[in-house]
Amino acid sequence: MSSDAPSVTSAGDLGYLRDDAALKVRNLTVSFRRGQKIFNAVSDVSFDLARGETLGLVGESGSGKTTIGRAILQLVPAHGADLGGAITYEDDDLATLSRAQMRLMRRRMQMIFQDPVSSFNPRRKVVDIVGEGLEIQGMPRDERRRRVDQALADVGLSRAMVEGRRPYQFSGGQCQRLAIARALALGPDMIVCDEPVASLDVSVQAHVINLLQDIRAARNLALIFISHDLAVVRNVSDRVAVLYMGRMVEIGRADDIYRAPAHPYTRRLLDAIPVPDPARRIPAGEGGAEPHSQLAPPSGCRFRLRCPRADALCAEVEPQLRPMAQGQYAACHHPLPELGQGNSSRPAALSTPA
Amino acid sequence: MTVPSDIHPLLAVENLSCAVPGPAGAMRILTDVSFTLPHATALGIVGESGAGKSMLVKTIMDIAPSRAAVTGAVRLDGTALQSLDTRTRRTTLGRRVGMVFQNPMTSLNPFVRVGRQVEEASRKHLGLDRRAAREKAIALLRAVGIPDAAECYHGFPHQFSGGMKQRIMIATALACDPELLIADEATTALDATVQKDILDLLQTLQQRRRMSMILVTHNLGVVAGRTDEVIVMYGGRLVEHAPTERLFASPRHRYTAALLSAMPRIDQPAHTRLATIPGQPPSLAHPEPGCPFAPRCPAAIDACRAAMPPMTVSADGRHRFACHVPLDAGISGDASVRQPEAANV
Ligand SMILES: Nc1ncnc2c1ncn2[C@@H]1O[C@H](COP(=O)(O)OP(=O)(O)OP(=O)(O)O)[C@@H](O)[C@H]1O
Ligand SMILES: Nc1ncnc2c1ncn2[C@@H]1O[C@H](COP(=O)(O)OP(=O)(O)OP(=O)(O)O)[C@@H](O)[C@H]1O
Ligand code: SF4
Ligand code: SF4
Ligand SMILES: [Mg+2]
Ligand SMILES: [Mg+2]
Repeated sequence: MSSDAPSVTSAGDLGYLRDDAALKVRNLTVSFRRGQKIFNAVSDVSFDLARGETLGLVGESGSGKTTIGRAILQLVPAHGADLGGAITYEDDDLATLSRAQMRLMRRRMQMIFQDPVSSFNPRRKVVDIVGEGLEIQGMPRDERRRRVDQALADVGLSRAMVEGRRPYQFSGGQCQRLAIARALALGPDMIVCDEPVASLDVSVQAHVINLLQDIRAARNLALIFISHDLAVVRNVSDRVAVLYMGRMVEIGRADDIYRAPAHPYTRRLLDAIPVPDPARRIPAGEGGAEPHSQLAPPSGCRFRLRCPRADALCAEVEPQLRPMAQGQYAACHHPLPELGQGNSSRPAALSTPA
Repeated sequence: MTVPSDIHPLLAVENLSCAVPGPAGAMRILTDVSFTLPHATALGIVGESGAGKSMLVKTIMDIAPSRAAVTGAVRLDGTALQSLDTRTRRTTLGRRVGMVFQNPMTSLNPFVRVGRQVEEASRKHLGLDRRAAREKAIALLRAVGIPDAAECYHGFPHQFSGGMKQRIMIATALACDPELLIADEATTALDATVQKDILDLLQTLQQRRRMSMILVTHNLGVVAGRTDEVIVMYGGRLVEHAPTERLFASPRHRYTAALLSAMPRIDQPAHTRLATIPGQPPSLAHPEPGCPFAPRCPAAIDACRAAMPPMTVSADGRHRFACHVPLDAGISGDASVRQPEAANV
């Protein structure tokens, strides 16, 4: 990882970053080469994560969530990609670790991939899939067996239930639990969960979320929870970071952001949550515009072409993250006011179902 | 639900059952489903994975697997579809009912220009000539929010994002000006803002065109603010049917209540423990006697395991549920009189 010159916002100035955090991501930039063009998937993103804490990572499809998760675990393909910035875990700069050192580090840092079924080798038995990471670590057979049993028990399964069976013989919810077991078997203290409950139905989803929360509490796990479902993120997260076209546009305590979002894009996301409140009859809108091409992002603020508050300043100057009155940080020239101030109506997201 | 005798509801489903042969005997995928859908009404169908939501709409559309044994009746504006010969039935459905499937990637043909795919049905069913069909297709693409519709007419599916492909699918379903639009998990694979755009679009079209619409989804939040009525399916049966507000405010069936409390809500603080529904969905090959939810139901009594609860109808006829130990009607509920429903709806 080359260490680029830090951009205008130097991480040290930002009050939301902590020196004692376990994971520190500073000025992370990931760009992919597409033919002649350079495509910035992640631009100058900084955040951190403490033990036992959950950070929700939200943003629309293509905003760079998975890329950030992969970059943290040093899993971005070296070919065709450029990384900038620094990622440290408990004071180890991950980019400087040797392959062997990084392999050891993976015992502590794990990722549950988006779409677990496709990350399973369909011909392997699921018991072996759960033990895969341990095998790579060269763990002795007895110890491996013990750990796999424990991880299966942690996710509410047992060896007897899975012995001899292959992935296709399990439902979507069960495969999701197997993917969690595979990550847990290594005994990590940090996990990146990429859309762990997307496509599960409500009852299975509730089960998997509770399970992750129990394990988090029992093991003091640090979690990065990537999801496009903002109601789920609300349930699991202590803090939330919002991405838009590869940039972090808002970050702070989940309570603050959900109570009074400052960035117009966050507000739009929250307004889009399907609320189980039939009294709030949703007015039929006309449907919004498609996002702008990321190959040539608009000048100034990247959200300005979809933003109702945009003005000339937004077209000229790219806004930087700065502290908001309501507690969080947001990158916007004309942020939404705190509740009860200015003309902002009560966020729809707060309407309390009967 | 009663309807004035002089007009027919747009759709009437009567005792619809569907079984397919399986390795362990016949699987009863749908059992005795009855409901009516008035004109210009939006209906949500919810229930967990495998509950039979997709099979219900497929059976209505006459596209159930060919091995399936279907009994019961589906009436469109009073006409029993089963009484028509296959060709007339398919034409009637193709012209009057539009359908959007779950996965736009597999529903659009990757090798055919999208304009052609949009106009196909209107040429076939409305007999439009090439030029008229083309104009109509471009107007439809514009109506579903595709920018530069005239140019996009010539595009191929891979040139569009997931959200735009789903819009194109909706344009295809609207090609014959249907009276009923069925969307089966049409937004599940899309992210939140695109999902909202598509749902807004469907709702606008439904209201503007005075169509009826069926939204099939496992996300209760999706149906909450956008439908007039909701049907809850469990194990291939219709277990509750009510006006949307009433279903959310005072569900009567125990499964509906469990489903509602399993949803994460943004008005609860972080790390709130979610309610779960223990146990597994019912076996369709070996259904137990009695209520299909009984093995998982916290309120089950002996009667639940002995006999299938009959459909109870509220006094005003608008809330139906099949439960031996229903929840209280609640404040906004109705003083419901337990009366078994008439055999035909
Ligand atoms: N290996 C790669 N090569 C080229 N481009 C890539 C690569 N990986 C990701 N991208 C691009 O980077 C952008 C961010 O992708 P990413 O997968 O991080 O998005 P995401 O926020 O996880 O979206 P989703 O919600 O759809 O999963 C996308 O435009 C994607 O096409
Ligand atoms: N072609 C088929 N042949 C045999 N069984 C089928 C077929 N299609 C579906 N089934 C079975 O019928 C039952 C109902 O399936 P259906 O697809 O209607 O569920 P659903 O409620 O739509 O679920 P989901 O929310 O997962 O889409 C399931 O048990 C399923 O396995
Ligand atoms: S900086 Fe301007 S365009 Fe960007 S979000 Fe804020 S108000 Fe909107
Ligand atoms: S009939 Fe009995 S088992 Fe079924 S939902 Fe009602 S109380 Fe529960
Ligand atoms: Mg992703
Ligand atoms: Mg389905």
